[in-house]
Amino acid sequence: MSDTQKSYLFHTAVVVLLAGLFFVISEYSAGRLARIMVLAVYAMGYNLLFGYTGLLSLGHAMFFAAGIYGFGMSVSLLGLPAGAGVVVGTAAAGVLAAVVGLLALRTRGVAFMIITLMFAQVGYLVILYLGDYTRGDEGFVIQPVQRVIAGVDFSAEAVRYWAALLLFALCLLGTALLITSPVGRALIAVRENEERAGMLGYDTHGLKYFAVILSALLSGLAGAAYGLLFGYVGATFATVQYSILALLWVLLGGAGTTIGPLIGVFFMSYLIDLSSALTDAYLFIAGLALVLLTLFAPQGIAGEIRRRGARWLP
Amino acid sequence: MQFGPHLVLATLEGLVGAAILSLTAMGLSLVFGVMRVVNVAHGEFFMLGAVIAWWITAAIGGLPAIGFVLALVLAPLAVGGLAGIADRVILKRLAYNPERTIVATIGLLYILQQAALMTFGPDARPVEPPFNHRLSLPWLAFSDNGLMVIWPWGLSITTYKLFIIGAAVLILVAVWLLMTRTTFGLVMRATQQDREMAQAFGVPVDRVFALVFGLGAALAAVGAVLVVPVQQAHYLMGHDPLLLAFIVVIIGGLGSMPGTVIAAVLIGLSDGIISVFFSPTLAKIIATLAVAMVLIFRPQGIMGKHPA
Repeated sequence: MSDTQKSYLFHTAVVVLLAGLFFVISEYSAGRLARIMVLAVYAMGYNLLFGYTGLLSLGHAMFFAAGIYGFGMSVSLLGLPAGAGVVVGTAAAGVLAAVVGLLALRTRGVAFMIITLMFAQVGYLVILYLGDYTRGDEGFVIQPVQRVIAGVDFSAEAVRYWAALLLFALCLLGTALLITSPVGRALIAVRENEERAGMLGYDTHGLKYFAVILSALLSGLAGAAYGLLFGYVGATFATVQYSILALLWVLLGGAGTTIGPLIGVFFMSYLIDLSSALTDAYLFIAGLALVLLTLFAPQGIAGEIRRRGARWLP
Repeated sequence: MQFGPHLVLATLEGLVGAAILSLTAMGLSLVFGVMRVVNVAHGEFFMLGAVIAWWITAAIGGLPAIGFVLALVLAPLAVGGLAGIADRVILKRLAYNPERTIVATIGLLYILQQAALMTFGPDARPVEPPFNHRLSLPWLAFSDNGLMVIWPWGLSITTYKLFIIGAAVLILVAVWLLMTRTTFGLVMRATQQDREMAQAFGVPVDRVFALVFGLGAALAAVGAVLVVPVQQAHYLMGHDPLLLAFIVVIIGGLGSMPGTVIAAVLIGLSDGIISVFFSPTLAKIIATLAVAMVLIFRPQGIMGKHPA
């Protein structure tokens, strides 16, 4: 079996497994897994930029927040239908990325990290400043009536699971296709050695700009889907912590692997659950995980598996 | 109060903020200058300084001055020692790779902050100042009888706040003397200029790095001990100083000592004055955007030589 066939088989198996799980697990676990899958889409957006293109952003929460606020505010304030709200949210993240990317990509390395962190901080402060509309830290709830697309109520438990799975499956297969395509290969070349990629005639700046926008679109889509499926919009999603979480998920699962984001979100979700049973300071575990990962397993779980045998893992 | 006295008051408060900020930012700048790494956990070292100061003063009891002086000596030593260990255990193993160091220090940030939450608790706790007299300040005003001195209600500063400003200046001068007049300073500057060449000349670069990382953290802790009598100790208090110190270090030029001090006074003063007259959130938005633009279009800052 060729590597490409193995990869197709593997991705299909993951989606089938997740679909099968719905019939086995409890309603509570299904709701939770739906949340994990939506957040995994956000992590996949982050992975595209960090894992495949090698750009470490510390401000991705602004794109997730653009998605969730774009959806929430257009639906609740402007009264748009939910379907249009998802489009508005995703587009808002894309437009934001087009501006931020243009500015931030003038810098590299550490400066790029600080710049993205600062833009995200500005985004968070703007949400607080416009508290009359955004309801600031407190956030607001989107009524189930406003979460209906084409007669399907997305606040229902089963619909929520299948919608999350559909979104996740599309993004998973999309990323898998992208990174094996010539464009995806070029992105990896930029990560491995930007100068050499430039020397070979690739427009490295254009490729990085493309990666920033695509990554933000995925993150924004995840944000809008989060608002649609779970009906809550709040400023916590724009905090530095949510940018760091994306980094943590991808590092834990395996940067530069298609399945890594899901593994990372899944493990972190249960790890935080376990630790919050012991202490209020559950972020302690997140910090410890970050330090241990950078020290001992910079390639994450899926990266380790790939290194130890499964070379074909995309 | 009229506009004039109000402005004087805002300036004085701003100077106190600038004094603390210049200590914190100097620590961050030193670490970046010599080691070329960005320490995201710097704000948590600041927080630890304040929390340890609270512990010491609470444990000693009695006269506030005794506890305060002990805290001023012991807290920076403890925080500096902890940072030195963190350097040895974590950063050294990462070979000071800039990006991996940032990720690891983000982890360290959460570890320290949450450890403080677990032991110190979620409450803000005050530390009593060693001395605290209120000094009223005079103001000149025109009246029917010509120019005369008045004492506007509310225009005053405490002796302790004046002490903060004086102490910060003294410590900064001491750091400057350390960098320019001692062998250790020479070794640090040599390491900053060329790490490998310094090593070839027998400079123990590993030990210098651990000391510099400890010194940077200790400077943040000193600032925190000084500020804790006017601003309570809290486990989340490291966030704002970190962001402000970042801004100062970038505007001043990463790794430049005079640039850092100038920028700290500039930012501290304007932060104090702007937040008296305008919405603090709007002020933060504008300041953060302005700094981001500086980093994008003039990455070397106002005094720096190296691009970030």
